[in-house]
Amino acid sequence: MAYSNKVIDHYSNPRNVGTLDKAAQNVGTGLVGAPECGDVMRLQIEVDETTNIIKDAKFKTFGCGSAIASSSLATEWLKGKSIDEALAIDNMDIVEELSLPPVKIHCSVLAEDAIRAAINDYRVKQGLEPIAAEKSH
Amino acid sequence: MKTPIYLDNNATTRMDPRVLEAMLPYFTEHFGNAASRNHAFGWAAEEAVDYAREQIAHLIGADAREIIFTSGATESDNLAIKGVADMYARKGDHIITVTTEHKAVLDTCRALEKQGKRVTYLEVDDDGLINLQELEAALTPQTILVTVMLANNETGVIQPMKEISALTHKAGALLFSDATQAVGKIPVNVEEYGIDLMAFSGHKMYGPKGVGALYVRRKNPRVKVTAQMDGGGHERGMRSGTLNVPGIVGLGKAAELARLEMAGEIARLRKLRDKLETELMKVEETKLNGHPEHRLPHVSNISFKHVEGEGLMMGIKDLAVSSGSACTSASLEPSYVLKAMHINDDAAHSSIRFGLGRFTTEEEIDYAIRHVKEAVGKLREMSPIWEMYQEGVDLNTVVWASH
Repeated sequence: MAYSNKVIDHYSNPRNVGTLDKAAQNVGTGLVGAPECGDVMRLQIEVDETTNIIKDAKFKTFGCGSAIASSSLATEWLKGKSIDEALAIDNMDIVEELSLPPVKIHCSVLAEDAIRAAINDYRVKQGLEPIAAEKSH
Repeated sequence: MKTPIYLDNNATTRMDPRVLEAMLPYFTEHFGNAASRNHAFGWAAEEAVDYAREQIAHLIGADAREIIFTSGATESDNLAIKGVADMYARKGDHIITVTTEHKAVLDTCRALEKQGKRVTYLEVDDDGLINLQELEAALTPQTILVTVMLANNETGVIQPMKEISALTHKAGALLFSDATQAVGKIPVNVEEYGIDLMAFSGHKMYGPKGVGALYVRRKNPRVKVTAQMDGGGHERGMRSGTLNVPGIVGLGKAAELARLEMAGEIARLRKLRDKLETELMKVEETKLNGHPEHRLPHVSNISFKHVEGEGLMMGIKDLAVSSGSACTSASLEPSYVLKAMHINDDAAHSSIRFGLGRFTTEEEIDYAIRHVKEAVGKLREMSPIWEMYQEGVDLNTVVWASH
């Protein structure tokens, strides 16, 4: 199975690898997956508390090339988006953008889960209710 | 040096040009059917097949009449196990095998279980070796066959065949071994090991794909298998079908080359493998999978913790290797062989198998060492669990969000 050029690009030049201060009030952290499943994604967002706009996003991923590319792409898309816009990102958008084959769709699902987990972590820090998952995987 | 570099010689090997040269005349010039008894075309083919049988028998310490040609090791495994189960059905219905066997053996045993046979699956220790006391305890008067692979395809671990044979024979059962990874690579002698049936194939020993053999003992005891395919009664009635003459000639030539060059190759490959392994094990948080000594000299299976195997393979795209990671298979389950050796799922996901071969050079090994180290470093910088490990978080205590 050959990788698409976009997956190779994100794998070779990952965007926004790094760590934000997870203790900060305006940083949301989502850690999803498990080492024994072969995928762990950590996605972090830094939010402007007055505008609710995501100022910065960082990731670290343990996983295959498609998992790394999915999270790299997610951070690229998150920057500059409002929380509501970020919640609208669907895993199938990632599948389409990266031309992921069916066997790699779970990588995009994990990225969507990571986005939601990061947003919920931020919401809880802000004293808001976490948003219930729309669908279960 | 040409890239990509091939370090996946347990999957298949490049055919030796000398093998191809030996085969070529048997496609066009000597194209006869080895079963045609009444003309020169048939005689030439039969003579070539007989010669190949001698070459192969010589490699494994057998008699030429004990070699049955097949399409490969999977067919040989099926023929041996199902053939013995059928032939010896009146003696018993019990088979003993091991959890780390190849799928061609395990799935054949499963198929027999569905037909009412009983199968015991022996477990292995952390190094991949079976426990001889457990084997002894599992043997019963109804046991007709013990099937244990000589060397494992994922780890290269070599089982103690002599001891296994002694226990098996004491209990009155036959010993079958899938020796696909060992024949042509290390000395394998059916008399010395006390093996009654043995499977191997051409393409794992620098020969052609689509041809293999089953050794079936003729003396002490005389072993028979029931044919699994009906037809013209070729190969002493055990395997019907027109013989693949060019393939058989190739397997014969490959066997001869392996026999003549084995001693030098073992020493050369062991040195290269040890260099690769020593250098890569200097990287922190690595683990060697499989017994360090009881192992093929050209295989190394290493887990690079906190880095996922398929992701790592993408980072070393100039190196053709294989991984126990689930991501390399459709099943999303990591290697059952490593799991059977009590290796954690996450370490199995992080494993890479390096398989050296006849055409591997020192320059290629140096290149591999450099690139693997570089890729592991890069991916760990990107790995959240590497960061957690470095912060002293015990990963076993983390409650992971399932998905």
